[in-house]
Amino acid sequence: MTGSTTEMGGLDLWSMLFVFMLATFVGFQVIQNVSRLLHTPLMSLTNAISAIAVVGSILIAGEQKTTLSTVLGTIAVAASVTNIVSGFLITDRMLKMFKERGPSR
Amino acid sequence: MQVSYLLAAGLFVFSLRWLSQPKTARRGVAAGVAGMGAAIFGTLLHPEIVGFGWIAVAVAVGTLAGIPLSRVPLTAVPQRTALSHAFGGLAAGLVGTAKYTLWLGDGGLTPFRTGAIGVEVLLGFLTFTGSLMAAGKLQEVIPTRPITYPRQNFINLTLLAIAIAAGAWLVLDPTRWPLFPLIVGLSLLFGVLLIIPIGGADMPTVISLLNSYAGLSAVAMGFVLDNKLLITAGALDGSSGFILSVIMCRAMNRSFSNVLFGAFGQVQVAAAAGEARPVKSATAQDAADYLEHATRVVVVPGYGLAVAQAQHRVREVYDQLTKRGIDVKFAIHPVAGRMPGHMNVLLAEADIPYESLVEMDDINRDLPQTDVVLVVGANDVVNPAARHDKSSPIYGMPIIDADKAKMCLAIKRSMNPGFAGIDNELYTAENTLMLFGDAKAMLGEIAKALTGEGGGLGH
Repeated sequence: MTGSTTEMGGLDLWSMLFVFMLATFVGFQVIQNVSRLLHTPLMSLTNAISAIAVVGSILIAGEQKTTLSTVLGTIAVAASVTNIVSGFLITDRMLKMFKERGPSR
Repeated sequence: MQVSYLLAAGLFVFSLRWLSQPKTARRGVAAGVAGMGAAIFGTLLHPEIVGFGWIAVAVAVGTLAGIPLSRVPLTAVPQRTALSHAFGGLAAGLVGTAKYTLWLGDGGLTPFRTGAIGVEVLLGFLTFTGSLMAAGKLQEVIPTRPITYPRQNFINLTLLAIAIAAGAWLVLDPTRWPLFPLIVGLSLLFGVLLIIPIGGADMPTVISLLNSYAGLSAVAMGFVLDNKLLITAGALDGSSGFILSVIMCRAMNRSFSNVLFGAFGQVQVAAAAGEARPVKSATAQDAADYLEHATRVVVVPGYGLAVAQAQHRVREVYDQLTKRGIDVKFAIHPVAGRMPGHMNVLLAEADIPYESLVEMDDINRDLPQTDVVLVVGANDVVNPAARHDKSSPIYGMPIIDADKAKMCLAIKRSMNPGFAGIDNELYTAENTLMLFGDAKAMLGEIAKALTGEGGGLGH
């Protein structure tokens, strides 16, 4: 991993910026279609999805390079997992409540 | 590993796509979970991971903390959301800090990496403390009134400017490490100062904005770690938060800067001293009579409904009226409640079918043909002053035209002006009757009155 570190600037920065731009664009398109009815579940779902930060946290915590980085990484994993677990569960819980008009009352 | 990341990114996009309609929404959650699972699985295969012990402990702790957080009452969902933005920001800030120390040790700090870390740490930590403040205000641990002091905006912006300048210096000279804790400290402080002057009524915008920051801090983490999945997922979250903030701002006819630097609620103290106009009040029995003889009823719920936990009582009234063949709709203002879409979730919890929940623009067309509007715990969003009174702080805000209905019934505790301290002329209008009392108790009485009559008619 160290070999490429110094030369990483140029091309990779551009490809990352491309990904960022395209993902933002897709995000705008997709999110604008979400019914206002579901904005609260939307926020809790995107919240859970952005807890993908867990990926970075796991790497830091698992590399165990220094005590400090391991501790910081571990806390970050715990924070992200909290978001993943509670985010997905509460979104599903809320969505279960949205019902169509029943066949009869 | 890259395959699993690609898969995860695709699943996340589908997840949000499916969320657009209630029918497919739960499939969206499943796709999100699958994507997350794939990403985590792929990461754990990474050869650089030498120990799994701490990861396992952290996952266990996170799961144990996450489950109770997912079971909060729905009135507390805004707090929970703010708290999860705080966790997201914290994770980003900590990973940024860890990476800085690691690269400082092995000489891996390029200007680009340092810059990305700077952005990540700034956004992460300001989201962390800012969201904690927002959660504190929503939980009412911290006063919900705006907390202001002289030269507030000047001080805040100066702090931010110093933090950015320190970041720029660090990019030029990445090993000047004492600058790093300075940036961390300033970001934490700025997060607090940014949120304390913001009042409770602006929370929907603030939560959305913090949502966006949390997403962007994940994007910055992606740039730091050279991880395109993080960039993708973070960008989805960031754009979602941004769109929601724009919708919220538009729904209040205010700009971002006005919400962030305006400290609503300190103006308009003098105007309240105007002439007192007569108020007509009515009893629950009267209200039940009017409702029963209507053919079209629109209920306008507001945050007061959530505070009074009255959503199930509303449902009882709804049931009684629909049983009689009366058309009942709920008019949902975009900023009703404490976060985007909050009212919809609360009413859905009370088993009100989502077809009955109508957005502001659609319901306004129907209101002139509506017999009775029942306002429950909403205030500013039905204040006609927003349409014509240029001196009103809410002038220009789109509202639900409750005053245009043939009759309006408003449930309210007292004539005290609402949160924003603005008089509401709807309450003194010709065709408005006030129902004074606690929303839950009042709706209960109305439901009871309706049930009694319904039984009488049946026999």
